[in-house]
Amino acid sequence: MSLPIYLDYASTTPVDPVVAEKMMEFMTPAGHFGNPASRSHMFGWHAEAAVEDARQDVATLIGADSREIVWTSGATEANNLAIKGCAHFNQRKGKHIITSRIEHKAVLDTCRQLEREGFEVTYLDPDSSGLIQPEMVAEAIRADTTIVSIMHVNNELGTLNDIGAIGKLCREHKIIFHVDAAQSAGKTPINVEEMFVDMMSFSAHKIYGPKGIGALFVRRKPRVRIEAQMHGGGHERGMRSGTLPTHQIVGMGQAFKIGFETLEAETARITALRARLWDGVVDMEEVHLNGSANQHVPGIVNISFAFVEGESLMMALRNLAVSSGSACTSASLEPSYVLRALGLNDEMAHSSIRFSIGRYTTEEDIDAAIAQVRVAVEKLRLLSPLWDMFKAGIDLNTVQWSAH
Amino acid sequence: MAYSEKVIDHYENPRNVGQLDESSKNVGTGMVGAPACGDVMRLQIRVNDEGVIEDAKFKTYGCGSAIASSSLLTEWVKGKHLDDAEQIKNTQIAEELALPPVKIHCSVLAEDAIKSAVRDVREKQGS
Repeated sequence: MSLPIYLDYASTTPVDPVVAEKMMEFMTPAGHFGNPASRSHMFGWHAEAAVEDARQDVATLIGADSREIVWTSGATEANNLAIKGCAHFNQRKGKHIITSRIEHKAVLDTCRQLEREGFEVTYLDPDSSGLIQPEMVAEAIRADTTIVSIMHVNNELGTLNDIGAIGKLCREHKIIFHVDAAQSAGKTPINVEEMFVDMMSFSAHKIYGPKGIGALFVRRKPRVRIEAQMHGGGHERGMRSGTLPTHQIVGMGQAFKIGFETLEAETARITALRARLWDGVVDMEEVHLNGSANQHVPGIVNISFAFVEGESLMMALRNLAVSSGSACTSASLEPSYVLRALGLNDEMAHSSIRFSIGRYTTEEDIDAAIAQVRVAVEKLRLLSPLWDMFKAGIDLNTVQWSAH
Repeated sequence: MAYSEKVIDHYENPRNVGQLDESSKNVGTGMVGAPACGDVMRLQIRVNDEGVIEDAKFKTYGCGSAIASSSLLTEWVKGKHLDDAEQIKNTQIAEELALPPVKIHCSVLAEDAIKSAVRDVREKQGS
């Protein structure tokens, strides 16, 4: 076990050494450094073959055809391309978009931009466990709805939406269904056919690939058409111009290949680590699991330690790399919009810590994390006037606070 | 975010953590902030007949800077007369702890806390 312990895999993952080694083959003079778009010589052909292999590896993980994969710089660009590209292309049909309040900022901010351009967006509230139910989508559908964009797995909570049911609904209404799968690829099975997904966004660095590369799945049958956001040499069937970064793409392909091969074993291993972590803290007083207890990926555990502020807790956990729903570090003083959307009160949102477990997490890591958390929470509760009040039986909701 | 050494010191070894008898006539309590904002400070002072602060205790729910600000404040007010204690400015606290701009509100809260505690004890003593 090396310190500090990394439990922030939902933020980013280290590159798998096998992936890094493969990437190295596509950069130096001795390697396949060619431009995949060069059709006139061997250098280009080798690079192109590697890019196409990688495209197949990404397609395989999600049950798609490799011709449906468009390379992007990451999931943020994929989300932008999908939502803006599709909204613009279909604007004569309608200008209404449905999404949820707990999407990643790359979706929310894209939708805000479309609102400024005259589109109308419905932001669905999740239920108290952080899930978007198909009925919620059904109720929001209008005659002029052109796109529904719902994330597969929420990045803060790990909750897993029923994408298949929402997809079926969208298909019935002939509405394009986009899914942000940045947190789910390689963490839970995906099949774009069975789930009726029309567009899906991916990122490499969340699944042990390099940063700076992602992809968008764009369905061919029935064909989904989008307007390009990046114009130039007409790469990627005109949907995304720009010289393909061969080494990044090869890295993403390798990462998705490993993700596909190890999905089952990794899921079992991480599920056990998750249970170990939860069992290690659940006997403490006033510890709450945020999100759904049964519909989630195993790797993300979001816990509120009531009456302890998240940022000070992280400060006490200096040997632990985790993240907090407390936004005390930002200028806004607003806690996580995701936790607030669940109806969690602000105090509980400020008290939350997200632990995310991954490929290199060991049992020793989890045990050490538990020990540190227990000591830190106890110490901070002794410092907390709210804990005193709780112990004295005072309901904090009845207190008149002087908000500042 | 990187904290200054002084913040870390106060956070790891907070001074004067605790509670004084709130019902005592000589004790003033200042409770400021709100859980919704992510910080609540409770500062208590005990004064002698001359109006000099003999003891100070605090408890704080909040980030490291909030804990450090209140811990530092308890050190500063001990031995001070109420008139002097209420003159403490948030800028002095922010400067001593080298708080970054996003954490200035923690020092503001500490200033509010001592003002509130002084007011409380004065009201109790009817002066």
